Amino acid sequence: MKTAYTREGYGHEIVELGKADPNIVVLEADISSSTKTCYFAEKFPERFFNVGVSEQNEVMVAAGLASTGLTPFLSTYSVFSSMRACEQVRTFICYTNLNVKIAVSHGGLTPCTDGVTHQATEDLGIMRIMPNMTVIAPTDYNMSRAAVRAAANTKGPFYLRFTRDKLPVIYDKDMDFEVGKSIRLKDGADGTIISSGDMTHIALEAADLLDKEGIDVRLIDMPTLKPIDRPAIIEAAKDTGAIVTAEDHQINGGLGSAVAEVLVENYPIPMARIALPDTFARSGEYRELLDMYGMGPSHIASAVKDTIKRKP
Amino acid sequence: MMMNKETIKRLKKKSCQLKIDVIDMIHTAQSGHPGGSLSAADIVTALYFHFMKIDPEDPSWPDRDRFILSKGHACPIWYAALARHGFFKKDELKKLRRIDGILQGHPDMNKTPGIDMTTGSLGNGLGAGVGMALSAKYLKKDYYTYVVIGCSEHNEGVLWEAALCAAKFSLDNLLAIVDYNKLQLDGYNEEVLPIEPIVDKWVSFGFYVQRIDGHDMSAIIEAVENARSKKNMPSVIIADTVKGKGVSYMEDVCSWHGKAPDDSQYKKAIDELKEGLA
Repeated sequence: MKTAYTREGYGHEIVELGKADPNIVVLEADISSSTKTCYFAEKFPERFFNVGVSEQNEVMVAAGLASTGLTPFLSTYSVFSSMRACEQVRTFICYTNLNVKIAVSHGGLTPCTDGVTHQATEDLGIMRIMPNMTVIAPTDYNMSRAAVRAAANTKGPFYLRFTRDKLPVIYDKDMDFEVGKSIRLKDGADGTIISSGDMTHIALEAADLLDKEGIDVRLIDMPTLKPIDRPAIIEAAKDTGAIVTAEDHQINGGLGSAVAEVLVENYPIPMARIALPDTFARSGEYRELLDMYGMGPSHIASAVKDTIKRKP
Repeated sequence: MMMNKETIKRLKKKSCQLKIDVIDMIHTAQSGHPGGSLSAADIVTALYFHFMKIDPEDPSWPDRDRFILSKGHACPIWYAALARHGFFKKDELKKLRRIDGILQGHPDMNKTPGIDMTTGSLGNGLGAGVGMALSAKYLKKDYYTYVVIGCSEHNEGVLWEAALCAAKFSLDNLLAIVDYNKLQLDGYNEEVLPIEPIVDKWVSFGFYVQRIDGHDMSAIIEAVENARSKKNMPSVIIADTVKGKGVSYMEDVCSWHGKAPDDSQYKKAIDELKEGLA
């Protein structure tokens, strides 16, 4: 299968958007070759603002720019935008409801060998708590481009989480992406896996493993964590009776929590969450880390089987 | 430039009027920050009643000058200036901090006409001002961005990030004015966290720096004019002020940072301030 970088999807799409709309501006915190805003910088130097390694100020400058009617995309690593600049995001982007798009790379464990300081494993939970914020973790290159377009065309704060390594390209170039809508990648009756971001290709592998054992699962790709696709979750609960979530994030606060909230209020069924188990990870290769922390395809498959067994 | 005596007289009176509004508001609300509102009064008056290009009928006019009160807790003085300009009804001032009012405890750009940026979390206003000034450069607009900063905000790292950034982009359409009243919540700056030598710091960050008496209206006007004519670099005015200025028992007294006067204190404050209206 063809692979590509989600962050490069962002880097390519923002240039296209920039060509069409002079109000699109980009802020960068010294890692443009990594976040891929370097393409925009080359094409539109007059509206590319590199503020250096100062993420708090980056958010403030974005707020100021947005207050004058521009549409700033702000880039750095996920871990810094969500935590170093957390209060600025909360008070000056979300509370003000300004049209700022936080488009950041190296989400989850994907900056794997860099270790915990660079891994963003709390960002989605933090961003999901904030009123007015839309939170998206795109699955592949093409969805990243579509999500960036959707963010540019929708007023209000967005958090777009891209990843470091190449990921399988699952979607077509002209895929139909809608904010808040999940995508059913595979239908099945025995149970459901709901995944997001870089964990969706891992979940696909898990579905294959289960298939070989004769277990037929539905696989829902849930790129938008907020607003979450409630109807799809409730429907999967009713249709399949067991749900396992898989995400590259701490077990608390992210996709698993969001799905659990919907289930418990609407249609409680047996459920399990695959995620980083409330611990800090370490340096290592991406797949090694997933294995070490119980987040690999086989772990997801086991969780599905266990959850199916818990059906009443 | 020769200072017009009538202009100065008018502005001094206006400042007094705003200070009375501030005391009225905080006394009515029995909550709020009088000390830092009064120390900033002359600066805010000069900007809002002499310099700024604004339209109360169209608060979001794209070409308006921008104002950010980075020391958001001093918002009563901002609200008074906006009310006196007619951005909203003066009656609103009586509802400061109330559930049925539009004047939040700290400024909210979505609830109050004329507020260009939400503030209250210290240190952040200059960065927002950098964004506004950068936007003016990019869009080739000639509006000017003013940011009033409190002295304790110099404790915040993000302020210095913004200062570096303003210098990088040569933002000569950005003016920071430091309301340097030397007091913060727990005491004098020098006790809590020394920020001197403040002029040297700003100079070394690439700003055109002037230091003035922040209660001398002629000096404020002259310094703002100097700053506005300075090209290729951002400006800062270090305005030496007195916390609680104009109310004898509040002047340079730390405990008046965030406390409302009782009825007899209120009467004394208003009596003293009214002398300035004569």
